[in-house]
Amino acid sequence: MLSPSTVQAIRESDAVPGSEYLLDVTGVRKEFPGVLALDNVELRLRPGTVHALMGENGAGKSTLMKIIAGIYTPDAGSFKLRNQEIRLSSPLDALENGIAMIHQELNLMNPMTVAENIWIRREPRTAFGFIDHRELRRRTDALFKQLNIPIDPEVEVGKLSVANRQMVEIAKAVSYESDVLIMDEPTSALTEREVEHLFEIIRTLKAQGKGIIYITHKMNELFEIADEVSVFRDGKYIATKPASDLTRDDIIRMMVGREISQMFPKQTVPIGGVVLRVRDLALKGVFEGISFDLKAGEILGIAGLVGAGRSNIAETIFGVTPASSGTIEIQGKTVSVTSPAIAMQHGLAFLTEDRKETGCFLLLDIQENAQVASLRSGYVRYGFVEEDRLSRDCEAMTQALRVKTPDMSEPILNLSGGNQQKVLIARWLLTKPRILILDEPTRGIDVGAKAEIHRMISDLAGQGVAVIMISSEMPEILGMSDRIMTVRQGRMSGMLERAEANQVKIMEMAAQ
Amino acid sequence: MTLLQDATSPAKAPKRRKLSSELSILGVLVGIALIFEVLGWIFVGSSFLANQQRLSIIILQVSVIGIIAVGMTQVIITSGIDLSAGSVVGLAAMASASLAQSSTDMRAVYPALTDLWPIWPILAGLFVGLLIGTINGLLIAKTNIPPFIATLGTMVAARGLAKWYTNGQPIALLTPEFTWLGRSFNILGFPLPLPVIIFLVVAFLGHIALRYTRYGKFTYAIGANPQAARVSGINIGAHLIKVYIVCGLLSGLAGVVTAARAASAQAAMGTSYELDAIAAAVIGGTSLAGGVGRMTGTVIGTIILGVMMSGFTFLKVGSYYQEVIKGAIIVLAVAVDQYRRSRKTKA
Ligand SMILES: Nc1ncnc2c1ncn2[C@@H]1O[C@H](COP(=O)(O)OP(=O)(O)OP(=O)(O)O)[C@@H](O)[C@H]1O
Ligand SMILES: [Mg+2]
Repeated sequence: MLSPSTVQAIRESDAVPGSEYLLDVTGVRKEFPGVLALDNVELRLRPGTVHALMGENGAGKSTLMKIIAGIYTPDAGSFKLRNQEIRLSSPLDALENGIAMIHQELNLMNPMTVAENIWIRREPRTAFGFIDHRELRRRTDALFKQLNIPIDPEVEVGKLSVANRQMVEIAKAVSYESDVLIMDEPTSALTEREVEHLFEIIRTLKAQGKGIIYITHKMNELFEIADEVSVFRDGKYIATKPASDLTRDDIIRMMVGREISQMFPKQTVPIGGVVLRVRDLALKGVFEGISFDLKAGEILGIAGLVGAGRSNIAETIFGVTPASSGTIEIQGKTVSVTSPAIAMQHGLAFLTEDRKETGCFLLLDIQENAQVASLRSGYVRYGFVEEDRLSRDCEAMTQALRVKTPDMSEPILNLSGGNQQKVLIARWLLTKPRILILDEPTRGIDVGAKAEIHRMISDLAGQGVAVIMISSEMPEILGMSDRIMTVRQGRMSGMLERAEANQVKIMEMAAQ
Repeated sequence: MTLLQDATSPAKAPKRRKLSSELSILGVLVGIALIFEVLGWIFVGSSFLANQQRLSIIILQVSVIGIIAVGMTQVIITSGIDLSAGSVVGLAAMASASLAQSSTDMRAVYPALTDLWPIWPILAGLFVGLLIGTINGLLIAKTNIPPFIATLGTMVAARGLAKWYTNGQPIALLTPEFTWLGRSFNILGFPLPLPVIIFLVVAFLGHIALRYTRYGKFTYAIGANPQAARVSGINIGAHLIKVYIVCGLLSGLAGVVTAARAASAQAAMGTSYELDAIAAAVIGGTSLAGGVGRMTGTVIGTIILGVMMSGFTFLKVGSYYQEVIKGAIIVLAVAVDQYRRSRKTKA
């Protein structure tokens, strides 16, 4: 833990004349009912740099970004853009002042095309005032060419994978050509390859003298891309330092105020019999020829590039999009899984990748979000919900996962992204599954809680639960999996045992 | 470690927020009543509220709307709508009245089936509701027809059936055992009409169903995010069928009560009741976008409608103006809902 005097010393050491800064934010305070989200925080962004903002889930990172982007109004604080006092009253206002933001959650209109989404409210018009689709297409092509993004501008956004939607968000933010670009966990849904791609884009922007505020929970990214690092803890500003002066452990110590184990590798547990047997599973036009066995107590990692079809395979096994051919055998019985309800009857659980679309009930509270999947088969007597037992279990589970919230009847909408993710994990653990499918389980979750979640998954495996885990994070895949399946363009491209797996092999097998 | 513990248990902010929406609706009710009181003294020279008879009439007038609104609230929470409710009232009133005629009627619909036990007409009305509700549910769950269109179809069809049933002739001379359903009781010296009691019982059961049962939890989940609901193992189709059956049954019951109160039935009964029921729910805080709404709010919303109707009559506002004002208030309620939601996502 840092003593107050060190914190003070750090603060003084970086006192530089204001003129150097593109954006200079000080004394920001924001209170939500029951939560002081930001307490006298500051952030100074220099032009041509990447400024990483770090902190645990719920530390206030997104809240500050939303204030800077004109979405929330702060209770107090001074904002200087290029040394001018500014007061932003709306996101539009912020955009006009040259501040664009990529949000932690995807914000695209699914029924509209990629091009329409990017240029929304800025569509080129024909002489008659209609949208000029040819020009729209041309602009999008030019933008995608410049950013080297291989997505069809005419396709509906709803048809894209989460990662591709994220790339569209990035392109959209870049298209505003703003001086300040805020990226709130842009890589949480991307694999290493797209991350590299994003970094190239960021480096170009940097060279153009733009300032980028970058939020992430992935430490290794930080040292690759960030010039400066600011750390928040519990809504308070801790320090700002050049990235080169910091080690991983320094940052974590500043973030959590104590030492923590960073990784929690899976323990060796007795592996039982086959509980899930998948043969020749196919979904027309998406993937085919998927065959594997999953044993009790085993964790099967699935690696691959974005668009390889990893999430689609999981969705099909769980009945979200029923298979077009192939068989699924659960505990020795062939089951036709045509809906999630049927999958759940057979002891499956599935944490989806897309928190907003298929995960959260944003209008409902934490309790209601956590309990919903358990009500199908438990906690109900004569149609009545056993409130006491249920809320006790929900509360215990959310506490074990360290969901940061004033109370269980808080709408999940008000939680930070990482805390929402924890509630969704709680939802599925509460169903006491025998086969647990996790798609990017620690997406947006901070280092401390991540180790905790890995420990819980490992414990579950120890109790005989079979786990399928899709993850774009190499350390997570390598640390947690007993076996690793790689998927390439909708086909299995390999299966590695834990002992023989390493990053290079996986990347080779995943690349086309 | 202490840091974390502090973080997870900041000052408890208890469930105040949830109650506050009910309180604000209640405030609107009191406000409207007080406005009528003041206007009453200015324009009519008498008190609006200090009139016990008027108060019981207010609730009696809207009890039928209220019974429908209980079902409508659940439908709207799933982000659906049931436009057929008013037509079901008409058809159910006709069906039940045709089995409730007394033998004194020389031209009874079924001369052989007069002076029946009142249970038969009641069951007939409920059956009509069950039938139309099931059709609505099946259309919405099994085809991709949006609720608005599906129930618009059954709305027109059910009204047609109600007219066809007796060739447009009204049905009268109902047995006193049946019309008893529309009567008043004296409870502790207070005249309480049976329709009001039915409304309050139905609303209470609806409240219990929404708050404490799996049925209720799933209803909210489907309205809040149907995709997430499906992935959470909810069989959306089967659940929606249940919800529309409940709404149909309650509309059928409303039809029975309407016939009993009027001691007669005609095909046009219940016309536009679905709109009043939707208005009651929306005024009571149920969101047309789904996922939000409470039965207590709907009950208060229903009473607000009643106070307004009775207040305008009291002030001798013409009935055409009344409709205009009612329309404006519905639009206002929806606008308030929109505003509330946009603020929620913006904080
Ligand atoms: N609209 C809101 N209403 C009430 N509380 C809120 C609201 N938005 C955020 N909070 C609270 O403010 C705190 C900070 O949230 P914020 O989203 O800024 O965290 P974060 O640092 O971005 O976390 P994460 O890493 O999980 O994304 C959290 O405790 C959160 O619950
Ligand atoms: Mg955040």
